[in-house]
Amino acid sequence: MIAIQNISKKFGKLTVLDGASAQFNKGECIALIGPNGCGKTTLIKSILGMVVPNAGNILFNDVSIKNEFLYRNNIGYMPQIGRYPENMSIGQVIDMIKKIRNYNSQLDEELLDLYKIKDLLNKKMRTLSGGTTQKISATIAFLFNPDVLILDEPTAGLDPLAAEILKEKIIKEKQKGKLIIITSHLLSELDELVTQVVFMQDGKIKFHKNTEELKTDTQMPTIAKAITHILKATVHE
Amino acid sequence: MNRLIKFVVLDIIKNRTILGYTLLLAIFSWSVFGLEDNATKGVLTLLNIMLLIVPLVSIIFSTIYIYNSSEFIDLMVSQPVKRNKIWTSLFIGLSISQILAFVVGVGIPLLLFAPLNIALSMISVGCMISVIFIAIAFLACAITHDKSKGIGVSIMLWLYFALLFDGLVLFLLFQFADYPIEHFMIGITMLSPIDMARILILLQLNVSALLGHTGAIFTDFFGTIIGTFISTFVLCLWAIIPFYLSLRMFNKKDL
Repeated sequence: MIAIQNISKKFGKLTVLDGASAQFNKGECIALIGPNGCGKTTLIKSILGMVVPNAGNILFNDVSIKNEFLYRNNIGYMPQIGRYPENMSIGQVIDMIKKIRNYNSQLDEELLDLYKIKDLLNKKMRTLSGGTTQKISATIAFLFNPDVLILDEPTAGLDPLAAEILKEKIIKEKQKGKLIIITSHLLSELDELVTQVVFMQDGKIKFHKNTEELKTDTQMPTIAKAITHILKATVHE
Repeated sequence: MNRLIKFVVLDIIKNRTILGYTLLLAIFSWSVFGLEDNATKGVLTLLNIMLLIVPLVSIIFSTIYIYNSSEFIDLMVSQPVKRNKIWTSLFIGLSISQILAFVVGVGIPLLLFAPLNIALSMISVGCMISVIFIAIAFLACAITHDKSKGIGVSIMLWLYFALLFDGLVLFLLFQFADYPIEHFMIGITMLSPIDMARILILLQLNVSALLGHTGAIFTDFFGTIIGTFISTFVLCLWAIIPFYLSLRMFNKKDL
Protein backbone atom coordinates (compact mmCIF):
# COMPACT_ATOMS: atom_id res chain seq x y z
CA MET A 1 0.00 0.00 0.00
CA ILE A 2 2.79 2.39 0.90
CA ALA A 3 6.19 1.83 -0.64
CA ILE A 4 9.13 3.93 0.50
CA GLN A 5 12.00 3.76 -1.93
CA ASN A 6 15.40 4.94 -0.90
CA ILE A 7 14.39 8.31 0.50
CA SER A 8 16.91 10.74 1.88
CA LYS A 9 16.37 14.04 3.63
CA LYS A 10 18.83 16.62 4.82
CA PHE A 11 18.04 19.61 7.02
CA GLY A 12 21.00 21.81 6.23
CA LYS A 13 24.05 19.69 7.01
CA LEU A 14 22.15 17.25 9.19
CA THR A 15 21.18 14.02 7.44
CA VAL A 16 17.88 12.89 8.93
CA LEU A 17 16.91 10.17 6.47
CA ASP A 18 19.62 8.28 4.68
CA GLY A 19 18.30 5.98 1.97
CA ALA A 20 15.40 4.50 3.91
CA SER A 21 13.27 1.89 2.12
CA ALA A 22 10.24 0.00 3.38
CA GLN A 23 7.00 -1.56 2.25
CA PHE A 24 3.79 -1.34 4.29
CA ASN A 25 0.75 -3.39 3.34
CA LYS A 26 -2.94 -3.46 4.12
CA GLY A 27 -3.93 -5.11 7.38
CA GLU A 28 -0.55 -4.62 9.00
CA CYS A 29 0.01 -2.79 12.23
CA ILE A 30 3.51 -1.39 12.17
CA ALA A 31 5.50 -0.09 15.09
CA LEU A 32 8.10 2.42 13.99
CA ILE A 33 10.70 2.53 16.71
CA GLY A 34 14.18 3.81 17.30
CA PRO A 35 16.15 6.20 19.49
CA ASN A 36 15.28 9.91 19.62
CA GLY A 37 16.21 11.82 16.51
CA CYS A 38 16.50 8.74 14.30
CA GLY A 39 14.11 10.16 11.70
CA LYS A 40 10.79 8.54 12.62
CA THR A 41 8.73 11.72 12.50
CA THR A 42 10.52 12.91 9.36
CA LEU A 43 9.68 9.60 7.67
CA ILE A 44 6.03 9.99 8.65
CA LYS A 45 5.94 13.59 7.52
CA SER A 46 7.47 12.56 4.19
CA ILE A 47 4.64 10.07 3.68
CA LEU A 48 2.19 12.90 4.36
CA GLY A 49 3.97 15.28 2.02
CA MET A 50 4.71 17.73 4.84
CA VAL A 51 8.42 17.19 4.32
CA VAL A 52 9.75 16.98 0.79
CA PRO A 53 12.59 14.41 0.55
CA ASN A 54 15.79 15.34 -1.27
CA ALA A 55 15.96 11.99 -3.04
CA GLY A 56 13.92 8.83 -3.43
CA ASN A 57 10.32 8.03 -4.03
CA ILE A 58 7.21 7.28 -2.02
CA LEU A 59 4.41 5.33 -3.67
CA PHE A 60 0.88 5.24 -2.31
CA ASN A 61 -1.14 2.48 -3.99
CA ASP A 62 1.58 2.32 -6.67
CA VAL A 63 1.35 6.03 -7.50
CA SER A 64 4.10 8.46 -6.60
CA ILE A 65 2.91 11.02 -4.06
CA LYS A 66 5.08 13.77 -5.53
CA ASN A 67 2.86 16.82 -6.20
CA GLU A 68 -0.20 14.71 -5.34
CA PHE A 69 -2.64 15.54 -2.58
CA LEU A 70 -5.81 13.49 -3.08
CA TYR A 71 -4.17 10.37 -1.65
CA ARG A 72 -4.34 12.10 1.74
CA ASN A 73 -8.09 11.45 1.67
CA ASN A 74 -7.14 7.89 2.63
CA ILE A 75 -4.89 8.86 5.52
CA GLY A 76 -5.77 9.80 9.06
CA TYR A 77 -2.85 11.49 10.77
CA MET A 78 -2.40 12.09 14.45
CA PRO A 79 0.61 14.36 15.00
CA GLN A 80 2.96 14.11 17.95
CA ILE A 81 2.12 17.66 18.98
CA GLY A 82 -1.14 18.84 17.44
CA ARG A 83 -1.05 22.48 16.39
CA TYR A 84 -4.40 24.12 15.71
CA PRO A 85 -5.45 27.71 14.94
CA GLU A 86 -5.57 29.18 18.43
CA ASN A 87 -8.58 31.42 18.16
CA MET A 88 -10.84 28.73 16.73
CA SER A 89 -13.07 26.59 18.88
CA ILE A 90 -12.97 22.80 18.77
CA GLY A 91 -16.27 22.76 16.90
CA GLN A 92 -14.98 25.20 14.28
CA VAL A 93 -11.80 23.18 13.70
CA ILE A 94 -13.75 19.93 13.26
CA ASP A 95 -16.29 21.65 10.99
CA MET A 96 -13.55 23.19 8.87
CA ILE A 97 -11.85 19.83 8.34
CA LYS A 98 -15.18 18.20 7.54
CA LYS A 99 -15.84 20.83 4.88
CA ILE A 100 -12.38 20.49 3.40
CA ARG A 101 -12.53 16.71 3.31
CA ASN A 102 -15.96 16.86 1.68
CA TYR A 103 -16.62 13.39 3.03
CA ASN A 104 -20.00 11.97 2.12
CA SER A 105 -20.12 8.61 3.90
CA GLN A 106 -20.89 7.92 7.52
CA LEU A 107 -18.44 9.65 9.87
CA ASP A 108 -16.76 7.56 12.53
CA GLU A 109 -17.74 9.52 15.64
CA GLU A 110 -16.86 6.85 18.17
CA LEU A 111 -13.96 8.75 19.72
CA LEU A 112 -15.98 11.98 19.60
CA ASP A 113 -18.50 10.27 21.87
CA LEU A 114 -16.08 8.33 24.07
CA TYR A 115 -13.95 11.41 24.76
CA LYS A 116 -17.13 13.48 25.31
CA ILE A 117 -15.85 16.14 22.93
CA LYS A 118 -19.38 17.27 22.16
CA ASP A 119 -19.43 18.97 25.59
CA LEU A 120 -16.32 20.96 24.72
CA LEU A 121 -17.21 22.17 21.22
CA ASN A 122 -17.22 25.85 22.20
CA LYS A 123 -13.84 25.80 23.90
CA LYS A 124 -11.07 27.72 22.14
CA MET A 125 -8.06 25.69 21.04
CA ARG A 126 -5.60 27.88 22.98
CA THR A 127 -7.31 27.08 26.29
CA LEU A 128 -6.93 23.32 25.89
CA SER A 129 -4.49 21.15 27.84
CA GLY A 130 -1.98 18.99 25.99
CA GLY A 131 -4.02 15.86 26.68
CA THR A 132 -7.26 17.34 25.38
CA THR A 133 -5.46 18.52 22.24
CA GLN A 134 -4.24 14.93 21.76
CA LYS A 135 -7.82 13.70 22.09
CA ILE A 136 -8.90 16.13 19.36
CA SER A 137 -6.04 14.97 17.13
CA ALA A 138 -7.07 11.34 17.65
CA THR A 139 -10.72 12.11 16.95
CA ILE A 140 -9.87 13.90 13.70
CA ALA A 141 -7.53 11.10 12.59
CA PHE A 142 -10.26 8.46 12.96
CA LEU A 143 -13.21 10.63 11.90
CA PHE A 144 -13.15 9.95 8.17
CA ASN A 145 -12.72 6.19 8.25
CA PRO A 146 -9.35 6.31 6.43
CA ASP A 147 -7.63 3.21 5.05
CA VAL A 148 -4.34 4.22 6.60
CA LEU A 149 -3.82 5.55 10.11
CA ILE A 150 -0.56 7.23 10.95
CA LEU A 151 -0.19 7.82 14.67
CA ASP A 152 2.87 9.67 15.94
CA GLU A 153 3.27 9.00 19.67
CA PRO A 154 -0.48 8.56 20.06
CA THR A 155 -0.66 7.97 23.80
CA ALA A 156 1.90 10.55 24.94
CA GLY A 157 0.09 13.00 27.20
CA LEU A 158 -3.14 11.02 27.43
CA ASP A 159 -4.40 9.88 30.81
CA PRO A 160 -4.52 6.08 31.29
CA LEU A 161 -8.26 5.93 30.66
CA ALA A 162 -8.04 7.90 27.42
CA ALA A 163 -5.00 5.90 26.33
CA GLU A 164 -6.94 2.68 26.89
CA ILE A 165 -9.86 3.95 24.80
CA LEU A 166 -7.47 4.87 22.00
CA LYS A 167 -5.75 1.49 22.17
CA GLU A 168 -9.05 -0.36 21.88
CA LYS A 169 -10.01 1.84 18.96
CA ILE A 170 -6.73 1.05 17.21
CA ILE A 171 -7.29 -2.70 17.69
CA LYS A 172 -10.81 -2.35 16.32
CA GLU A 173 -9.60 -0.56 13.20
CA LYS A 174 -6.81 -3.06 12.73
CA GLN A 175 -9.40 -5.84 12.63
CA LYS A 176 -11.15 -4.00 9.80
CA GLY A 177 -8.02 -4.59 7.74
CA LYS A 178 -6.55 -1.09 7.83
CA LEU A 179 -2.91 -0.24 7.68
CA ILE A 180 -1.78 1.32 10.94
CA ILE A 181 1.61 2.92 11.52
CA ILE A 182 2.50 3.83 15.10
CA THR A 183 5.58 5.39 16.59
CA SER A 184 5.90 5.04 20.30
CA HIS A 185 8.42 4.92 23.07
CA LEU A 186 6.02 3.20 25.41
CA LEU A 187 7.00 -0.27 24.31
CA SER A 188 4.79 -2.17 26.73
CA GLU A 189 1.62 -0.93 25.10
CA LEU A 190 2.70 -2.05 21.65
CA ASP A 191 2.56 -5.74 22.60
CA GLU A 192 -1.11 -6.34 21.95
CA LEU A 193 -1.20 -4.13 18.89
CA VAL A 194 1.58 -4.59 16.44
CA THR A 195 2.24 -7.23 13.84
CA GLN A 196 5.50 -5.83 12.51
CA VAL A 197 8.37 -3.83 13.90
CA VAL A 198 10.46 -1.37 11.92
CA PHE A 199 13.60 -0.32 13.72
CA MET A 200 15.27 2.91 12.63
CA GLN A 201 18.64 4.30 13.52
CA ASP A 202 20.56 7.30 12.13
CA GLY A 203 18.07 7.77 9.32
CA LYS A 204 18.35 4.20 8.13
CA ILE A 205 15.93 1.34 8.55
CA LYS A 206 17.94 -1.27 10.45
CA PHE A 207 15.39 -4.03 10.21
CA HIS A 208 11.76 -4.73 9.38
CA LYS A 209 10.52 -7.95 10.97
CA ASN A 210 7.24 -9.37 12.05
CA THR A 211 6.79 -9.75 15.76
CA GLU A 212 7.05 -13.54 15.95
CA GLU A 213 10.32 -13.48 14.08
CA LEU A 214 11.61 -10.77 16.36
CA LYS A 215 10.72 -12.71 19.49
CA THR A 216 12.35 -15.92 18.30
CA ASP A 217 15.48 -14.11 17.08
CA THR A 218 16.05 -12.42 20.40
CA GLN A 219 14.58 -15.25 22.50
CA MET A 220 12.47 -12.80 24.45
CA PRO A 221 8.84 -13.32 25.47
CA THR A 222 7.49 -9.86 24.65
CA ILE A 223 8.13 -7.22 22.02
CA ALA A 224 9.07 -4.73 24.70
CA LYS A 225 11.84 -6.99 26.01
CA ALA A 226 13.01 -7.89 22.51
CA ILE A 227 13.36 -4.23 21.58
CA THR A 228 15.13 -3.29 24.79
CA HIS A 229 17.51 -6.16 24.09
CA ILE A 230 18.24 -4.78 20.63
CA LEU A 231 18.58 -1.21 21.87
CA LYS A 232 21.12 -2.32 24.49
CA ALA A 233 23.04 -4.26 21.88
CA THR A 234 23.22 -1.28 19.53
CA VAL A 235 24.36 1.05 22.30
CA HIS A 236 27.19 -1.31 23.20
CA GLU A 237 28.42 -1.56 19.62
CA MET B 1 -10.48 26.89 -2.64
CA ASN B 2 -13.50 29.13 -2.07
CA ARG B 3 -14.03 27.61 1.35
CA LEU B 4 -10.46 28.34 2.34
CA ILE B 5 -10.67 31.93 1.04
CA LYS B 6 -13.93 32.48 2.88
CA PHE B 7 -12.40 31.10 6.03
CA VAL B 8 -9.36 33.42 5.76
CA VAL B 9 -11.49 36.53 5.07
CA LEU B 10 -13.83 35.81 7.98
CA ASP B 11 -10.87 35.15 10.25
CA ILE B 12 -9.26 38.48 9.30
CA ILE B 13 -12.49 40.42 9.80
CA LYS B 14 -12.96 38.82 13.22
CA ASN B 15 -9.44 39.97 14.04
CA ARG B 16 -10.61 43.64 14.18
CA THR B 17 -7.19 45.10 13.26
CA ILE B 18 -8.52 45.46 9.74
CA LEU B 19 -11.50 47.45 11.06
CA GLY B 20 -9.13 49.82 12.85
CA TYR B 21 -7.19 50.23 9.62
CA THR B 22 -10.40 51.05 7.70
CA LEU B 23 -11.33 53.61 10.33
CA LEU B 24 -7.88 55.18 10.22
CA LEU B 25 -8.01 55.49 6.42
CA ALA B 26 -11.51 56.97 6.62
CA ILE B 27 -10.47 59.57 9.20
CA PHE B 28 -7.50 60.63 7.06
CA SER B 29 -9.53 60.86 3.87
CA TRP B 30 -12.47 62.73 5.33
CA SER B 31 -10.26 65.21 7.15
CA VAL B 32 -8.13 65.81 4.03
CA PHE B 33 -11.18 66.64 1.94
CA GLY B 34 -12.70 68.60 4.82
CA LEU B 35 -9.64 70.82 5.11
CA GLU B 36 -8.92 71.36 1.40
CA ASP B 37 -11.55 73.00 -0.77
CA ASN B 38 -9.53 72.28 -3.93
CA ALA B 39 -10.19 68.67 -4.91
CA THR B 40 -6.89 68.23 -6.79
CA LYS B 41 -4.90 69.43 -3.79
CA GLY B 42 -6.92 67.09 -1.60
CA VAL B 43 -6.16 64.17 -3.90
CA LEU B 44 -2.44 64.98 -3.83
CA THR B 45 -2.32 65.12 -0.04
CA LEU B 46 -4.27 61.90 0.15
CA LEU B 47 -1.95 60.30 -2.41
CA ASN B 48 1.09 61.02 -0.27
CA ILE B 49 -0.55 59.67 2.87
CA MET B 50 -1.82 56.67 0.99
CA LEU B 51 1.57 55.82 -0.50
CA LEU B 52 3.08 55.79 2.99
CA ILE B 53 0.42 54.05 5.07
CA VAL B 54 -1.07 51.49 2.70
CA PRO B 55 2.23 49.72 1.97
CA LEU B 56 3.18 49.76 5.66
CA VAL B 57 -0.06 48.23 6.89
CA SER B 58 -0.30 45.76 4.01
CA ILE B 59 3.19 44.39 4.45
CA ILE B 60 3.30 44.26 8.26
CA PHE B 61 -0.22 42.94 8.78
CA SER B 62 0.25 40.26 6.12
CA THR B 63 3.60 39.14 7.48
CA ILE B 64 2.25 38.76 11.00
CA TYR B 65 -0.90 37.09 9.73
CA ILE B 66 1.02 34.51 7.69
CA TYR B 67 3.27 33.62 10.62
CA ASN B 68 0.26 33.36 12.91
CA SER B 69 -1.39 31.06 10.38
CA SER B 70 1.41 28.52 10.68
CA GLU B 71 -0.84 26.17 12.66
CA PHE B 72 -3.55 26.53 10.06
CA ILE B 73 -1.03 25.83 7.29
CA ASP B 74 0.31 22.78 9.19
CA LEU B 75 -3.17 21.41 9.65
CA MET B 76 -4.17 21.95 6.03
CA VAL B 77 -0.99 20.43 4.61
CA SER B 78 -1.73 17.12 6.36
CA GLN B 79 -5.24 17.15 4.88
CA PRO B 80 -6.06 16.45 1.23
CA VAL B 81 -5.50 20.03 0.11
CA LYS B 82 -3.04 21.14 -2.53
CA ARG B 83 -0.21 23.29 -1.22
CA ASN B 84 -0.74 25.80 -4.01
CA LYS B 85 -4.30 26.15 -2.86
CA ILE B 86 -3.41 26.87 0.77
CA TRP B 87 -0.90 29.58 -0.10
CA THR B 88 -3.04 31.15 -2.83
CA SER B 89 -6.12 31.16 -0.58
CA LEU B 90 -4.18 33.00 2.10
CA PHE B 91 -3.00 35.50 -0.51
CA ILE B 92 -6.44 36.07 -2.02
CA GLY B 93 -8.08 36.22 1.41
CA LEU B 94 -5.60 38.84 2.63
CA SER B 95 -5.94 40.79 -0.63
CA ILE B 96 -9.73 40.83 -0.46
CA SER B 97 -9.78 42.11 3.10
CA GLN B 98 -7.12 44.78 2.53
CA ILE B 99 -8.84 45.95 -0.65
CA LEU B 100 -12.17 46.05 1.15
CA ALA B 101 -10.65 48.17 3.91
CA PHE B 102 -9.11 50.52 1.37
CA VAL B 103 -12.24 50.90 -0.74
CA VAL B 104 -14.41 51.60 2.30
CA GLY B 105 -11.89 53.89 4.00
CA VAL B 106 -10.52 55.89 1.07
CA GLY B 107 -12.78 54.98 -1.83
CA ILE B 108 -16.02 56.42 -0.50
CA PRO B 109 -14.71 59.95 0.28
CA LEU B 110 -12.81 59.95 -3.02
CA LEU B 111 -15.95 59.15 -4.99
CA LEU B 112 -17.80 61.90 -3.13
CA PHE B 113 -15.21 64.68 -3.40
CA ALA B 114 -12.89 64.01 -6.34
CA PRO B 115 -13.68 63.90 -10.08
CA LEU B 116 -14.84 60.43 -11.04
CA ASN B 117 -11.93 59.43 -13.31
CA ILE B 118 -9.33 60.49 -10.75
CA ALA B 119 -11.23 58.82 -7.92
CA LEU B 120 -11.35 55.58 -9.87
CA SER B 121 -7.66 55.59 -10.75
CA MET B 122 -6.76 56.43 -7.13
CA ILE B 123 -8.84 53.49 -5.94
CA SER B 124 -7.32 51.07 -8.43
CA VAL B 125 -3.80 52.23 -7.64
CA GLY B 126 -4.47 51.90 -3.91
CA CYS B 127 -5.76 48.37 -4.43
CA MET B 128 -2.74 47.47 -6.55
CA ILE B 129 -0.34 48.86 -3.95
CA SER B 130 -2.11 46.81 -1.26
CA VAL B 131 -1.81 43.62 -3.29
CA ILE B 132 1.82 44.33 -4.23
CA PHE B 133 2.90 44.73 -0.63
CA ILE B 134 0.97 41.65 0.41
CA ALA B 135 2.87 39.75 -2.29
CA ILE B 136 6.17 41.14 -0.98
CA ALA B 137 5.17 40.06 2.53
CA PHE B 138 4.54 36.53 1.24
CA LEU B 139 8.01 36.50 -0.27
CA ALA B 140 9.55 37.71 2.99
CA CYS B 141 7.71 34.94 4.88
CA ALA B 142 8.74 32.26 2.41
CA ILE B 143 12.39 33.26 2.68
CA THR B 144 12.67 33.47 6.47
CA HIS B 145 11.67 30.71 8.87
CA ASP B 146 11.81 32.85 11.96
CA LYS B 147 8.90 35.13 12.81
CA SER B 148 10.82 38.08 14.23
CA LYS B 149 13.32 37.91 11.38
CA GLY B 150 10.47 37.87 8.86
CA ILE B 151 8.82 40.93 10.39
CA GLY B 152 12.23 42.65 10.43
CA VAL B 153 12.72 41.91 6.75
CA SER B 154 9.25 43.29 6.01
CA ILE B 155 9.92 46.54 7.89
CA MET B 156 13.25 46.95 6.09
CA LEU B 157 11.56 46.38 2.73
CA TRP B 158 8.92 48.99 3.53
CA LEU B 159 11.57 51.49 4.64
CA TYR B 160 13.48 50.83 1.46
CA PHE B 161 10.55 51.28 -0.90
CA ALA B 162 8.87 54.15 0.95
CA LEU B 163 11.87 56.24 1.98
CA LEU B 164 15.32 54.99 1.00
CA PHE B 165 14.57 54.46 -2.66
CA ASP B 166 13.85 58.15 -3.27
CA GLY B 167 17.09 59.07 -1.58
CA LEU B 168 18.95 56.60 -3.73
CA VAL B 169 17.44 58.03 -6.90
CA LEU B 170 18.36 61.57 -5.86
CA PHE B 171 21.88 60.47 -5.01
CA LEU B 172 22.29 58.88 -8.44
CA LEU B 173 20.91 61.98 -10.12
CA PHE B 174 23.35 64.28 -8.39
CA GLN B 175 26.33 62.00 -8.82
CA PHE B 176 25.74 61.50 -12.50
CA ALA B 177 24.25 64.91 -13.28
CA ASP B 178 26.81 65.45 -16.05
CA TYR B 179 25.85 62.30 -17.92
CA PRO B 180 22.74 61.56 -19.98
CA ILE B 181 21.16 59.08 -17.62
CA GLU B 182 17.52 59.97 -18.23
CA HIS B 183 16.57 56.72 -19.92
CA PHE B 184 18.48 54.75 -17.38
CA MET B 185 16.46 56.53 -14.68
CA ILE B 186 13.21 55.33 -16.24
CA GLY B 187 14.40 51.77 -15.71
CA ILE B 188 15.36 52.60 -12.13
CA THR B 189 11.91 54.05 -11.41
CA MET B 190 10.31 50.78 -12.39
CA LEU B 191 12.17 49.17 -9.50
CA SER B 192 9.90 50.91 -7.03
CA PRO B 193 6.16 50.17 -7.07
CA ILE B 194 5.48 53.25 -4.95
CA ASP B 195 7.14 55.55 -7.49
CA MET B 196 5.28 53.83 -10.30
CA ALA B 197 1.98 54.36 -8.49
CA ARG B 198 2.77 58.02 -7.85
CA ILE B 199 3.61 58.63 -11.52
CA LEU B 200 0.47 56.82 -12.59
CA ILE B 201 -1.75 59.13 -10.51
CA LEU B 202 0.13 62.31 -11.39
CA LEU B 203 -0.25 61.45 -15.07
CA GLN B 204 -4.01 61.44 -14.56
CA LEU B 205 -3.97 64.68 -12.57
CA ASN B 206 -1.92 66.46 -15.20
CA VAL B 207 0.15 68.36 -12.66
CA SER B 208 3.49 68.07 -14.41
CA ALA B 209 5.11 70.44 -11.94
CA LEU B 210 4.73 67.80 -9.24
CA LEU B 211 5.92 64.86 -11.28
CA GLY B 212 9.48 65.31 -10.13
CA HIS B 213 12.51 64.54 -12.24
CA THR B 214 11.82 60.90 -13.05
CA GLY B 215 8.14 61.49 -13.58
CA ALA B 216 8.84 64.28 -16.05
CA ILE B 217 11.24 62.09 -18.02
CA PHE B 218 8.72 59.30 -17.88
CA THR B 219 5.87 61.39 -19.31
CA ASP B 220 8.17 62.90 -21.86
CA PHE B 221 9.35 59.48 -22.97
CA PHE B 222 6.10 57.56 -23.05
CA GLY B 223 3.36 60.18 -23.29
CA THR B 224 0.30 59.99 -21.05
CA ILE B 225 -1.52 57.04 -22.56
CA ILE B 226 1.36 54.65 -23.10
CA GLY B 227 2.81 55.86 -19.82
CA THR B 228 -0.35 54.88 -17.99
CA PHE B 229 -0.38 51.53 -19.71
CA ILE B 230 3.26 50.76 -18.97
CA SER B 231 3.11 51.81 -15.33
CA THR B 232 -0.01 49.68 -14.80
CA PHE B 233 1.76 46.74 -16.41
CA VAL B 234 4.84 47.19 -14.21
CA LEU B 235 2.63 47.38 -11.12
CA CYS B 236 0.97 44.10 -12.10
CA LEU B 237 4.39 42.48 -12.46
CA TRP B 238 5.25 43.75 -8.98
CA ALA B 239 2.33 41.79 -7.58
CA ILE B 240 2.74 38.65 -9.67
CA ILE B 241 6.49 38.05 -9.50
CA PRO B 242 7.02 38.14 -5.70
CA PHE B 243 3.94 35.99 -5.13
CA TYR B 244 4.96 33.47 -7.77
CA LEU B 245 8.45 33.18 -6.24
CA SER B 246 6.98 32.72 -2.76
CA LEU B 247 4.59 30.04 -4.07
CA ARG B 248 7.47 28.09 -5.55
CA MET B 249 9.38 28.28 -2.27
CA PHE B 250 6.33 27.29 -0.23
CA ASN B 251 5.78 24.20 -2.38
CA LYS B 252 9.24 22.96 -1.42
CA LYS B 253 9.09 24.03 2.21
CA ASP B 254 9.28 21.47 5.02
CA LEU B 255 6.65 21.87 7.70
